[in-house]
Amino acid sequence: MRRIGVFVCHCGTNIAATVDVKTVAETLGKEPAVVFSTDYPYMCSEAGQNIIKDAIKEHKLEGVVVCSCSPRMHEATFRKTVAAAGLNPYMLEVANIREQCSWIHKDIAEATAKAIVLGRAAIAKVQLNAPLTAGESPVTKRALVIGGGIAGIQTALDIAEAGYPVDIVEKEPTIGGKMTQIDKTFPTLDCSSCILTPKMVECAQNENITIYSYSEVEEVTGFVGNFSVKIRRKARYVDEDKCTGCGACTEKCPVKNVPDAYNLGLSNRHAAYIPFAQAIPNVAVLDAEHCIKLTKGKCGLCSKVCSAGAIDYEQKETIVEQQYGAIVAATGYNPINIDGYDEFAYSQSKDVLTSLEFERILKADGPTEGHLQRLSDGKQPKTIVFVQCVGSRESGSTHGCGKEYCSKICCMYTAKHAILCREKYPDTDVYVFYIDVRTPGKNYDEFYRRAVEQYGVHYIKGMVGKVAPQADSTLDVQASDLIANEQLHVKADMVVLAAAIEADKTARPLATMLTASMDTNDFFTEAHAKLRPVESPTAGVFLSGVCQGPKDIPETVAQAGAAASKVIGLLAKDKLTGNPCVAHSNELKCNGCSSCANVCPYGAITYEEKDFSRRRDGSMIRRVTSVNEAVCQGCGACTVACPSGAMDLKGFATSQIMAEVDAICK
Amino acid sequence: MQNTMMKRASELLADGTVSRVLGWKNGEFVYDPTPAVFKSVEALEESFVYHDFCGSNLSKYLIQLSKLEGKTLVFLKPCDSYSMNQLLTEHRVHRENVYIVGIPCDGKLDPDAVRASGADGILGASVEGDSVKVDTMYGEVTLDQADCLLERCKTCKSHKVVVFDEMLGENGDVNPESARFDEVEKLEAMTPDERFTFWRGELSRCIRCNACRNICPACSCEQCVFDSPTSGVSQKAAAASFEENMFHIIRAFHVAGRCTDCGECSRVCPQHIPLHLLNRKFIKDINTYYGEYQAGVEEGSRAPLVNFTKDDCEPNIIYKGGSK
Repeated sequence: MRRIGVFVCHCGTNIAATVDVKTVAETLGKEPAVVFSTDYPYMCSEAGQNIIKDAIKEHKLEGVVVCSCSPRMHEATFRKTVAAAGLNPYMLEVANIREQCSWIHKDIAEATAKAIVLGRAAIAKVQLNAPLTAGESPVTKRALVIGGGIAGIQTALDIAEAGYPVDIVEKEPTIGGKMTQIDKTFPTLDCSSCILTPKMVECAQNENITIYSYSEVEEVTGFVGNFSVKIRRKARYVDEDKCTGCGACTEKCPVKNVPDAYNLGLSNRHAAYIPFAQAIPNVAVLDAEHCIKLTKGKCGLCSKVCSAGAIDYEQKETIVEQQYGAIVAATGYNPINIDGYDEFAYSQSKDVLTSLEFERILKADGPTEGHLQRLSDGKQPKTIVFVQCVGSRESGSTHGCGKEYCSKICCMYTAKHAILCREKYPDTDVYVFYIDVRTPGKNYDEFYRRAVEQYGVHYIKGMVGKVAPQADSTLDVQASDLIANEQLHVKADMVVLAAAIEADKTARPLATMLTASMDTNDFFTEAHAKLRPVESPTAGVFLSGVCQGPKDIPETVAQAGAAASKVIGLLAKDKLTGNPCVAHSNELKCNGCSSCANVCPYGAITYEEKDFSRRRDGSMIRRVTSVNEAVCQGCGACTVACPSGAMDLKGFATSQIMAEVDAICK
Repeated sequence: MQNTMMKRASELLADGTVSRVLGWKNGEFVYDPTPAVFKSVEALEESFVYHDFCGSNLSKYLIQLSKLEGKTLVFLKPCDSYSMNQLLTEHRVHRENVYIVGIPCDGKLDPDAVRASGADGILGASVEGDSVKVDTMYGEVTLDQADCLLERCKTCKSHKVVVFDEMLGENGDVNPESARFDEVEKLEAMTPDERFTFWRGELSRCIRCNACRNICPACSCEQCVFDSPTSGVSQKAAAASFEENMFHIIRAFHVAGRCTDCGECSRVCPQHIPLHLLNRKFIKDINTYYGEYQAGVEEGSRAPLVNFTKDDCEPNIIYKGGSK
């Protein structure tokens, strides 16, 4: 029997108010293996830790049980403490008598009894703990950023700046993302392109950055420090190295009626196209769906006019395989589809727009070349109504596409739109209907106040119930004014809907590949909502931008930098220390049935034919399992799937769990 | 049939396709034939038999035989072939070292049932249509086939050999009408106390001979937990009479989702404990909660208990009694 020390923490009054810590320490001190037992107000304090260290030396402790908060909080602390006193750090068990005991009980006698049982279980377990040593694995010093919007660009630039090679995979033909479509940015009203394009160019010029545009991640295997990724480069039918981006092909292309995704379908483009003037890479793409040559085998005009000889109708998609040490998801967002909101007449009138479409109207390279015009008749609207929270903050959505969350950016960009309208076209009447105006952020509320006070925008608290197109081509906006407590009708020329934003739906399969979890809204889940906001729960996978949750540009850029610094911190290491609490198989029991490999979510289990021949037995080659300790995350799924009991988890062995159960049931 | 099988086996042995043949030879009595390996045509001619008492499932022997050099010919009846597929799924048998000859089956005889129907001193038996002609020391007796069948054959789930290299005779079909869960339903209808009494009574007869475990194709662990010195349960005296009962319950859990319901456990039990009912309860529950699943119907299938799909029912539904 090992010599065990028990240390009961008061956690101030967090534990001591509900658990009689003195009794716990005294009772556990009478357990057969326990040679030392004490309590202290703050075990995690330096003084508390010193009590543990001294006791280990003085009483020659072989195992330590700390009854305190969740091991999620201070297990690492106490492991270091026992290691400093010469014990293996894994000869420690933490009995959680705070979250699982004092915080959830009111009755002192009950809570004390439970704390004692939890302590007993930990004592039983630590008897069977084995000293563990963490393994090491090398780090591939290269990062992958998935998504080339402002989040991905900033992350890539920061990583590249630190001297590490980084690849950007962007599914569109150009990097830049949503920010390329935006006209001005709040709260300073500087031009979005003017602040974004220098960063795009920097990406193209930085020697450490490789851009895989028009590409998608096909497969991810491996683990932190050693990911292996297959990238599918879609055929763009243009040789990227030869194309000079002169645009001759796009001018001559006879197909002119393809809806232009850059303008959200508000204008058309050619089948051969460069998404926009500042595209990076500045390389044309042939739209295989609409190109006459690719669909019908005739035409070939673009090839004739291309002086660089870059057009290649035979181009096939290729797969690039690359190793990475870290992966950053920066997959961004899309406005929700608002077809379900028929009451706003979006599908009935060209003059009902989403906010992103309105950005395209305002921007110089948009369908109206930046002039505020109605798309129906080209006239300048005299009255514009902005409707906030279309699909945001909807609980129990009746539309089927509403989101419970706040999209966070709409209040500010709507204030921006209102200001821009009033500044450029002072004769325009601007109404904003809102539930709340949310403007936390530096200089944000001042910005909104300016819209109201300086620019005279009519902010009305209340929701729009109905937009009805009228015979005189105006829109009758029916709304309620909650403050005046009355129903309103506004005769508007244009209605702009602040559609909620949602995480890019195509990122779901990617999350599966990365074994990174997503919440019910398809936003990537962070490892800890407060303390690890840019890390995914899967080691080596980081989060940047709106794919983690709604945020505006400054926040996105800040998070992008944070993700980059996490990546840099990882890549700066030569070796990674693994978690020694991983699965391992008893080869003598393993019968190679594959049950474990079938349930392993990390692909950590492989099989080998192993020679178990002994001289007397003759040949005996058996198929047995082998665990890649660097990949294994210690989830334990394999241990319960194994029909032979060959699989076990170090640090959480079946025998240890059973000992705990026995101790609890005693 | 015996002659056809012997002829085919001899051919394959002679032309070198297979190195040995796994079949049956008669035991001490005609009604207890035993699995046997034949390495030559002469050996086959000397003792190979196949008749209506050849009920034993040969698939498990291939775990060892398929590790040997050269192919092993094995004769598999429909239910044996399900076990074979399950063993292939679990990588326990090297398929490339096995030559499977499928043989049709209309049910095998249970010597105890034959005796109980009034034929003592069995010297031989042959099924003819719905009746069985039994040759006994006291003369010939004709019995109803239905009375003489093994328990598993009375509620046969399938006449189809699901894996084979060649079939001798016509392959049959799956029998979806099988009433194999009727007995389970009777148990389910009991009160917990009645059920407990029933099983205590049945299991109290167990002598821990391990025959059920040893015959079971799903019990193919390198080292059985009941033999493992580290498990804390091997070779130990039972501290309470309930401990021996736990052996069967644990075993049923261990084979849950992998048991093909071949019925060998009940066939070999010298104490006539209806062990197949434990397994069938698991199979029935799996069918209820996760949709119809038959282990061994195809190689490589994922049993619901070691698989995850988004359609899986939630545990709280199981507690309520299932949704499907």
